[in-house]
Amino acid sequence: MSVESMRATADVLVIGSGAAGMYAAIEAARAGCSVLLADRSLIGRGGATVMAQMTVAVALGSQTPDHWTHHYQDTLKAGRGLCNEPLARLLCKDGPDCISEMDELGIGWARKDGRITQAMAPGHDRPRCVYVDFLNTGPAVSRTLRTAMNKTAGIRKAGDLCVVDLMRNDDEITGAVALHLGSGAPVVLSAKATIIATGGLTRLYRRNSASANMGGDGYALALRAGASLVDMEFVQFFPIGHLAPRLIGMDPIMWDPFRYKLGGRLLNGRMEEFTQNYGVAEDGKYLITRDVGSYAIIKEVAAGRGSPHGGVFLSFQHVPEADLREAFGPVIDRLAENGIDLGKMPIEVSPIAHYHMGGIAADAQMHTELPGLFAAGEAVGGANGANRLSGNAITEALVFGRRSGRSAAVYAQKIRATPDQSANARASIELISASSGRELNTADMVQTLQAAMQDDVGALRSGTGLRRALATIDRLSEELGALPPGDGKGFDMRRIDWFDLRNMLLVARVVAQAAVARTETRGAQQREDYPHLSADWELNQFVGLHDGHILLSKTSTQTRAAAS
Amino acid sequence: MTERATLRIWRGLDAKAGGWENHEVLFEPGQSVLDGLRWIRVNHDPSLAIRFSCINANACKECMIELDGKTVYACTARLEPREMTLTPLSNKKLVRDLVTEIAPPAERFTQS
Repeated sequence: MSVESMRATADVLVIGSGAAGMYAAIEAARAGCSVLLADRSLIGRGGATVMAQMTVAVALGSQTPDHWTHHYQDTLKAGRGLCNEPLARLLCKDGPDCISEMDELGIGWARKDGRITQAMAPGHDRPRCVYVDFLNTGPAVSRTLRTAMNKTAGIRKAGDLCVVDLMRNDDEITGAVALHLGSGAPVVLSAKATIIATGGLTRLYRRNSASANMGGDGYALALRAGASLVDMEFVQFFPIGHLAPRLIGMDPIMWDPFRYKLGGRLLNGRMEEFTQNYGVAEDGKYLITRDVGSYAIIKEVAAGRGSPHGGVFLSFQHVPEADLREAFGPVIDRLAENGIDLGKMPIEVSPIAHYHMGGIAADAQMHTELPGLFAAGEAVGGANGANRLSGNAITEALVFGRRSGRSAAVYAQKIRATPDQSANARASIELISASSGRELNTADMVQTLQAAMQDDVGALRSGTGLRRALATIDRLSEELGALPPGDGKGFDMRRIDWFDLRNMLLVARVVAQAAVARTETRGAQQREDYPHLSADWELNQFVGLHDGHILLSKTSTQTRAAAS
Repeated sequence: MTERATLRIWRGLDAKAGGWENHEVLFEPGQSVLDGLRWIRVNHDPSLAIRFSCINANACKECMIELDGKTVYACTARLEPREMTLTPLSNKKLVRDLVTEIAPPAERFTQS
């Protein structure tokens, strides 16, 4: 090999250290495998898990009798006919066990009279969402799994590793090549089994509720290696993301728990309730699902009935101060530091990119189409169909993470030795070591892409807008070129952006093309030019990359369910 | 209402051989120092290095820097209409500009 690279070897490589990745690492290590857990940020800090505010949906039946089949029916209904049923079944069936294990690990689920509290959330037929007070669910999940991981032998952890490509030996995935952010050097990570747990793609959008490292890397890695993606047009917008006044130190989706506990009222710019005009009369409760809520808010704004910053109002002014204090304790003081007094003023909210229903195609063992490659958590496509039910994301991260760790361990234990990687890794190592010498404003390019996606591939779409976004993606891809800019030393932001854009532009193109092809409105795909659900489109779109070209194919949901 | 902050930023790859850069940033009251640094990357210089992931939520705890010699999170420190001096953490190994090695030793990459 012409270029120097660093190396590491493990039975199982896990990419991404949110809940899915950490649970996968723990399970693979428990099964006797050596594990390398790589993350592009710090371990257990980036990604979406740590941002989760409150709800984890699970048929625990701790307060109200429940059974996983009820949760399953609600999940299928929310998915608007497109759920991958084996994956949805796994999520609902294994959920209670994972939640109980987290309880045993000391996460501290909120309790009343000794029983775990379960809150009501839109789309569920009964109170089903467990949580950790106050707005602490995500950080508590991360902390609990980090602690469990540190007590499990056989797991090595490495932050600041940005995976650039998977390595492939014939058909088999044999690890990955990463850019070590601290030094700028390439690293070859050899593994018998590889798990992608990189989360979703919300960074593609200007307004998003997740971390800066959620740019769809895992989808791009899988696609370039030859795996298929599914349901990529379905990006979930969270309707009531914080808009104004400026609020720092809080996640923009923080109003969700307030609505779970206290209801609240959504009002347009004229201070009138409006959700009843979109089929959901809330009457002070929290009933509207995410797809309908986002649509209703965008339509109110478009009709000139928006709030000053281009959203709608959310008001808790009718809630007594003592109730606010009881429900949110210290959070009320943090709001006060930002000049927000909920008893005296409404706040402004608008849709924000929140979660991706689509992802890597995988079976109920979390195995992708490629031998040696597994997926976990939000990176997996299909379980939630066209629209995800509130509370299913952390459940999915835990359940799919655990399952992928077990499956990868079984797979790795059948393989005797990893192959010589010199040929598999060469192209990626050379790319990491190369420099175009060009000046490129990569930060501006990211912002341009985010604007195009938000405006034209967002919660409300049209053929004209989608094609306009594709033209921007074409132009940015050309500007990006074939080689990264920068000096190649430690933490070169232009290079990091360049490798991110290489993934983001590919994934953005996939989302836009899948959205153009689906000529109907269903769940998170709302088309102005095709405003109705079409029975002909009860189909899942699969995406593959062939000779650098994106190819879409359709499969009937029913056919696939029957075959599995 | 728009105000103006001057961010005086230490930059370099070697703790002993860095330099200072001044950037004027227009901001609205309530915005964070991290908002200002992200604005500089887009509008002045994309090579400015800062470590962050959650942007706004103070959840990832990655954006620790020193503001006027005191350790802060860039995402919760607010921009003010004055000169604000930003330096990398003085008790951590420098990587570049405002980025330092803050991961626990057991969570850093080592060869095997």
